Amino acid sequence: MTTPTKDHVELRSGAYADSVTLLQVSRAVQTTPGVVAAQVAMATGLNLEVLEGMGFDIHGSSPNDMVVALRLDADADVSAALAAVDAALTPTRPTGGDTTIAPPRTTGSALRRSAPDAIALVSVPGASATVEAMDALEAGRDVMVFSDNVPVAEEVALKRYAASRGGLVMGPDCGTAVVDGVGLGFANTVRPGRIGIVAASGTGCQQLLALLHHAGETAEGVGVRHALGVGGRDLSSAVGGLATREALRRLDADPDVDLVVVVSKPPAPEVAEALTKETGALGTPVELGLLGRGQRDLTAVAEAVLERLGHTPPEWPVHGADNTGPATGPLLRGLFVGGTLCDESMLMASAALGPVRSNIPLSDDLALGDDLLVDDHTMVDFGDDALTQGRAHPMIDPTLRNEQLARAAADPATGVILLDLVLGHGAEPDPATLLAPAIAAARKDRQVPVVVSLVGTDLDPQGLDAQRAALVAAGAEVHLSNASATRRAIQLIEGAAR
Amino acid sequence: MSQPTVVTVGADMFADSVAGQAVDVERVDWRPPMPGTEADLARVAIDPRRPDANRRAVEAMLGVTAHLVDVAPASEVLGLEKGQFLHAGPPIEWARTSGPLRGALMGGAALEGLVDDPEDAAALFESGSSVSLEPCHHRSAVGPMAGVVTPSMWMWVLEDRATGRRTYCSLNEGLGKVLRYGAYSPEVLTRLRWMGDVLGPLLQAAVRGTEEATDVTGILTQMLQMGDEAHNRNRAGTLMLLRDLSPAMVSSGSDAGFDSKDVADVLRFVGGNDHFFLNLAMPACKLALDAGRDVPGSTMVVAMARNGTDFGIQVSSTGDEWFTGPAQVAEGLFLGDYGPDDANADIGDSAITETAGIGGFAMATAPAIVRLVGGTVPDALATTRRMHEITLAENPRWSVPVLEFMGTPTGIDVTKVCRTAILPQINTGMAGKVAGVGQVGAGLVTPPAEIFPKALAALAAQVPA
Repeated sequence: MTTPTKDHVELRSGAYADSVTLLQVSRAVQTTPGVVAAQVAMATGLNLEVLEGMGFDIHGSSPNDMVVALRLDADADVSAALAAVDAALTPTRPTGGDTTIAPPRTTGSALRRSAPDAIALVSVPGASATVEAMDALEAGRDVMVFSDNVPVAEEVALKRYAASRGGLVMGPDCGTAVVDGVGLGFANTVRPGRIGIVAASGTGCQQLLALLHHAGETAEGVGVRHALGVGGRDLSSAVGGLATREALRRLDADPDVDLVVVVSKPPAPEVAEALTKETGALGTPVELGLLGRGQRDLTAVAEAVLERLGHTPPEWPVHGADNTGPATGPLLRGLFVGGTLCDESMLMASAALGPVRSNIPLSDDLALGDDLLVDDHTMVDFGDDALTQGRAHPMIDPTLRNEQLARAAADPATGVILLDLVLGHGAEPDPATLLAPAIAAARKDRQVPVVVSLVGTDLDPQGLDAQRAALVAAGAEVHLSNASATRRAIQLIEGAAR
Repeated sequence: MSQPTVVTVGADMFADSVAGQAVDVERVDWRPPMPGTEADLARVAIDPRRPDANRRAVEAMLGVTAHLVDVAPASEVLGLEKGQFLHAGPPIEWARTSGPLRGALMGGAALEGLVDDPEDAAALFESGSSVSLEPCHHRSAVGPMAGVVTPSMWMWVLEDRATGRRTYCSLNEGLGKVLRYGAYSPEVLTRLRWMGDVLGPLLQAAVRGTEEATDVTGILTQMLQMGDEAHNRNRAGTLMLLRDLSPAMVSSGSDAGFDSKDVADVLRFVGGNDHFFLNLAMPACKLALDAGRDVPGSTMVVAMARNGTDFGIQVSSTGDEWFTGPAQVAEGLFLGDYGPDDANADIGDSAITETAGIGGFAMATAPAIVRLVGGTVPDALATTRRMHEITLAENPRWSVPVLEFMGTPTGIDVTKVCRTAILPQINTGMAGKVAGVGQVGAGLVTPPAEIFPKALAALAAQVPA
């Protein structure tokens, strides 16, 4: 059964709207209660055909007329439908039309919109980092890749492409860079100066920044102009120092750089050898601080830099030494957020105490299983790729390390706990308040010595003094130099053994 | 090195910390790519051939100027023989064809005298004997909507004079009940016969009698500044074409044996069909895009086309391979009391305009079009800007005044589509689902998302080890 309907047709001569508007009007009117069908259109041949097809009867129209054709339920009110037509025909002027420009969706798009000297900072998940970094290189820009978990083959491809066009890839897994005073990633705020740093290590770079900044309080003119990170794998055999070379070239060419320091996690021997040869040929003096067995620690490198610039190295500050009693057991437990700080401590401790087991071991036979706690000296890098997959870096989320700190404290074999804490841009706004209670809890039952290397400067957003005070109050002994902290921890363990 | 501006992509805290140092920061609104594409994206990103290959493909495309050099029957210029049918989109067999393509093929069979009644043609196509189907794109041609071309149909012939390459497209029949929308009633066939007997030959006389060959690319440049986006709106372009061809039509028409009534009929027909120029815009776009084909390592899309069942794309580095998925139904406005249920899935080679950076991509220059989906002028501006997120270049010739003469977004990059999940925006007409119905509406549509990861996988497989 069909409901009875009635048709209403009117011609409006002189009225005009474009066909798109009229299609919209028709659609709007169709939704009015009581309206079965509606067609508002200019009376062109084509539209008359359509109207005829719908069963409307139109007479005496000209193409310049507007036809309003309505089919209504028999008992519906025509005026309501016509009011809907008029309302729909009244042009709407959106007052708050969204005219803001949508943000860029790719690095390439963002670079097109920004200043021609812009650099890119990539921290997307590792699986997507290469793609974003390539955008920057293609646009002729430098890029810092903070992301980790980037396959080494992709790193090599990125760096080869960059080398072919004079671009610089800082990373992947580059935690720290300072480009003309601007800190990128995790970076400390430092006094500007005439030293250039090339760092295949984020926290190694930060240690150097912190030490040189401290020395600069008394040694006039000591400061850092650029610290170019290159990623922890740059001096591996696979990558072969591609980015280190480009960074050195740039710093050598910069007339405002008097001395260059290269710091790195333990490099591949042949890469280190080639690099040593090449740096000798540069016009700017280069101090090589490549970690490894038998090599200088980072603090010794900083001291060599100061001496080369004609300054006597200062005493590196230590606070809270009174907190520390004798070691409570035979084993040293290092729990680090900084990979290079972990490396440095391992190198020193294994030379003095014997094998140290780690998730980033000095040799494969020293690898630590998932348990992270064994009956040997142990040093864990919580910033390692394997422990950051699917979670934030420990500089941002300390949960995992704090748990392990409690476990280590509860182990009766634990003699000393060695920690690092890194300040600067990108790090927690107040990391000591998260670490201090964990330290206090660890020392509650047994006064396990806790030695902390607190890497930062008085210009860092967190404030070095306040952070240090919180740690000392919780019972820690706090050093600025990681080497000095490690030496202290070794001394305590050796004391227990005697 | 001086104090830099920093573009950040990823963790917001790094952007905040840079901004906190009083340095300008541009933040990327990064989101994960289309599911499962990370590895292929990385592989293609580091393909050493890619950056230069894309540069070359874009340059080749932008370097083409299309001139209108002839109008002639498909039998002559394409060597099309009786029983051979061209159609829009990727290859398809009769059994999978949609209503509008069927209707157009049936009408075409009647036009060629293969059957007397179009209704009898279905059996002919089912049997497959003495008939064959082939995409327009495989013959350097493009066809709007069903895109059916038969030997007797007259074709525009466009040429890139630098290389002598040519592309072809049929003549536009107008709107409503027309073959390309799948209608095949007697009036449709009568019009087609008139187009073959009068319109085609007279246009041929006009084109051959026009001293300076019409620069179709140049008209596109102008019409984009006159409110046309050259897909769903071709008014200015059509009138400029008339301007260029009318004198020779009048002066050469009589030599070709046509009287003033024929000339008047043709002028009236062309002038009364706002879409007439579309059939020149399309082959001009194809001529440009074909120049970007077959560049090893290039991730640029060189064709997007639909046959009413499948949506297919071709990519520069992967030759003639089609990457296909189900064609979508457009969103838009409907004629009369037709509704979404009456509409066929997306059909036609006309998405070649979007592939070349106009049509939906130039929405900002034709704000009226965005109202097809109830949008606003800011929507139109946003659409053109959004398409820049998935394209390789700006077209310096085709600029959009309201966007400070920014060039239209040109050269769709498969990798950028996969990275952003932003799909190309296509303006389109909608054909009725049932053979014979004709046009039911117009609106906006996008390709099926999955064809881009498919193309990406093929590109990744090509990357030298």
